Amino acid sequence: MSESKLRVVGQPVRKKDAMQLLLGKPAYVDDLTPHDCLVVKVLRSPHAHALIDEISTDTALKVPGIECIFTYKDVPQKRFTLAGQTYPEPSPYDRLILDRRVRYMGDAVAIVAGESEKAVEKALKLIKVKYQLLEPVLDFHAAKDNPVLVHPEDNWRALCPVGADNQRNLCASGSCGDGDVDAVLADCDAVIDRVYHTKACQQAMMETFRTYTEMDTYGRLHVVSSTQIVFHARRIIANALDIPKSRVHVEKPRIGGGFGAKQTIVAEIYPAFVTWKTGKPAKMIYTREECQVAGSPRHEMEIRVRVGASRDGVIRAIDVYTLSNTGAFGEHGPTTVGLSGHKSIPLYTGNLEAFRFAYDVVYTNVQAAGAYRGYGATQGIFAVETAVSELAAQLRIDPVAIRERNMVREGQIMAAYYNEPASACALDRCMARCKELFGWAEKYPVRDMGGGKVRTAGVAMAMQGSGISGVDVGSATVKLSDEGFYNLMIGAADMGTGCDTILAQMAAECLDCDIGDIAVFGADSDASPYDSGSYASSTTYVTGKAVEKACAQLRENICAIAAGMLSCRPDELAFAGRTVRRLDGAGEVTLFDIATRSMCGNATAVQATASHSSPVSPPPFMVGMVEIELDRETGQVDIIDYVAVVDCGTPVNPALARAQAEGGIVQGIGMAMFENVTYEPTGRIVENSFMQYKIPTRLDMGRLRVEFEASYEQSGPFGAKSIGEIVINTPSPAIAGAVAHATGVWHRELPITPEKVLWGIKNRQK
Amino acid sequence: MEIKLTLNGKPVTASINADTLLIDFVRARGCWSVKRGCETANCGLCTVLLDGMPVLSCSVLAARAAGRHVQTLEGLQDEAADFVGFIADQGAEQCGFCNPGYVINTVALLRENPSPTDDEIRAYLAGNLCRCSGYEGQLRGIRAYLNSRKGRAHE
Repeated sequence: MSESKLRVVGQPVRKKDAMQLLLGKPAYVDDLTPHDCLVVKVLRSPHAHALIDEISTDTALKVPGIECIFTYKDVPQKRFTLAGQTYPEPSPYDRLILDRRVRYMGDAVAIVAGESEKAVEKALKLIKVKYQLLEPVLDFHAAKDNPVLVHPEDNWRALCPVGADNQRNLCASGSCGDGDVDAVLADCDAVIDRVYHTKACQQAMMETFRTYTEMDTYGRLHVVSSTQIVFHARRIIANALDIPKSRVHVEKPRIGGGFGAKQTIVAEIYPAFVTWKTGKPAKMIYTREECQVAGSPRHEMEIRVRVGASRDGVIRAIDVYTLSNTGAFGEHGPTTVGLSGHKSIPLYTGNLEAFRFAYDVVYTNVQAAGAYRGYGATQGIFAVETAVSELAAQLRIDPVAIRERNMVREGQIMAAYYNEPASACALDRCMARCKELFGWAEKYPVRDMGGGKVRTAGVAMAMQGSGISGVDVGSATVKLSDEGFYNLMIGAADMGTGCDTILAQMAAECLDCDIGDIAVFGADSDASPYDSGSYASSTTYVTGKAVEKACAQLRENICAIAAGMLSCRPDELAFAGRTVRRLDGAGEVTLFDIATRSMCGNATAVQATASHSSPVSPPPFMVGMVEIELDRETGQVDIIDYVAVVDCGTPVNPALARAQAEGGIVQGIGMAMFENVTYEPTGRIVENSFMQYKIPTRLDMGRLRVEFEASYEQSGPFGAKSIGEIVINTPSPAIAGAVAHATGVWHRELPITPEKVLWGIKNRQK
Repeated sequence: MEIKLTLNGKPVTASINADTLLIDFVRARGCWSVKRGCETANCGLCTVLLDGMPVLSCSVLAARAAGRHVQTLEGLQDEAADFVGFIADQGAEQCGFCNPGYVINTVALLRENPSPTDDEIRAYLAGNLCRCSGYEGQLRGIRAYLNSRKGRAHE
């Protein structure tokens, strides 16, 4: 299908749920589920590392309205992971619902369920716990081979060979490479050797984690949750409760933001356990404080980068070592770290002779990390992109020019990206257009604005993937219904991103109908066809292709029914959207009549299900450029202008792709400039509310401009790749570069706050 | 304690605890549009109108609303419907969880200042956080609405 003929794909149609959401109609877990249910809360550890010596719930149980209190003595003893990943999960099985050993401040100690929030709060205070305090592992540099073990238990296990070893505090380790990186670096005219540090940023989705559970009429556990992964959730809940998978049913209503946070089963197991034990409906609503201290944030990483180049800026070798802090549990630890190398180094495939990427992922006694938009690529790209800008500065080359000289180009094989080809790559065009739109030539390097203020520019490139190659499964079911409308059933989860709508656009394109003729349903582990879920930038690319396939199959079935009605063979018919007609012009039937016939004396299914999985994961690419104004007197940095040009293949819905890009860039600006996670010496997180954890407001961003440079990915639906994650990756390195151009100081630890900028200037003057 | 107030135009008499927050009071009466996004008065999701003025219902005791008019988005559907379609055209509703708060604050803004500049819009809505949209689409939507209204006025 060629691009020019598209009617619905490529149009900025409204999201199907937009008006309901904008008018505040009930749509989320706590709007739609009953309120006369048990309130579930968790008693959280006040210590970073301890063993529970004694725990007494007698007094707490006497609080009127308390239904039950569970401790580590009450839960199944089989370990599991909360990471929403395809089985067998790369994340180690290191959790119990409640454990005698508590591993971070905020770890679950007891589950309390009662009739009211007040009663539960009161009971929480009356549980008496005697802890045996243990030395915590708080410094992630010292975690590997530390005598203090975070997971000394015998029943800890890793299902996949990810280089994990609980006796060494290792959640994962490994290395790979191509060519002799040491020899090439030794032969380079210039080598940059730097260490970068990114923090455990919070997704801070507006809707906190929340789950409602009840027993249904069939005696099964019915879970209504704000989750990106209904199928993984079913398996994980069954694993945690040690019950058959067949006894669990998971559905999601609208999701108030996910960004990867809800790719981990953070809240679900607590109310699920209460309902399973009591038979009563239960609900858990995470507070914002719980989200901040017991959620599933980004992995803190320290990344050493060595980049070697010739005098004239030809990048010949890149060596990356990542130390990743997974915290108390290993959710997404073994997988996020991979992206820090595999989605940063390939950007410089152009002239690369050798690369090496090695990593360790360590357990420590802080909040467990999880999945967050960008998933390791964000951290790696901050490091590698900043290193390249530092190299450019050292060689006195324009940072745009060094990128133009070395960037990956369409058709190249990316050795550092599993030897996959850059089959559709408009990165060069993105750079050219961004440079023009931004006005790089005028804005780089420095403009003195007077009064101690300077304006400078920074640039960064980024890539991501489109699904997990050879793993992710997307599926769609399409059904012809009364009078010729269609139902589209999916297992992918629309978390505000608009996948319900863009998949409907694809279906409408394939079925030659209006988008209003497609009713979308999802996601429900009983009713939806299997889908890995909405993560890894997979939905458009993987599930979209499944929609294409399902529609093609349904058209055949529709033609088969029409053939009976028109007394001919199916291959003598043409499907024309609202009608099916004979190629010889001898008649046609309407879709309306076919739909009617399909429900009367018909034995041909007017429903088709198709699945898709891709052996490759074509990367989207982008360029971001930032102009800042920096006050040398105060260290204040204001974003004046941010321009991004993105190659996501075919933008299926340009309005939604743009909203994704703008939202991701602003999240990235927050990460770069003020979102911080710091710990007191005890291991307590300082930024435990929106008072301290500052996310961008509409006053924190300047002008924001996004454009698309389309490429055409042959393996994707209508040429599409992904958009959701890549867009968070450019702000940190672009801003770090701009600040350095203003002050001469390279900030290698995020966030780059005014205090750090000012200290940097002062220290440099000494 | 017993309080009487007007909720979305209807008189309500209720017996409440003295520490009941306005957000919990209105949600318990079916006003599901009112959302809690933090507990520290930082996010703006729980904005309602109290005698026409926007307030954070997570930080107002229900008792303080006694004798006054409380409006949630449920009671402002027509006024909101006038402009939210323009935000929908930008795809800027995204996950939707923050929408009721900033939509209601936009209602308040437009009552107070029918022709705001972009900077005035940003300043008025500064307390309404959104993690999805990056804010630009919301601004474009409101701007498109204002432009269309200008067009209508000139006709």
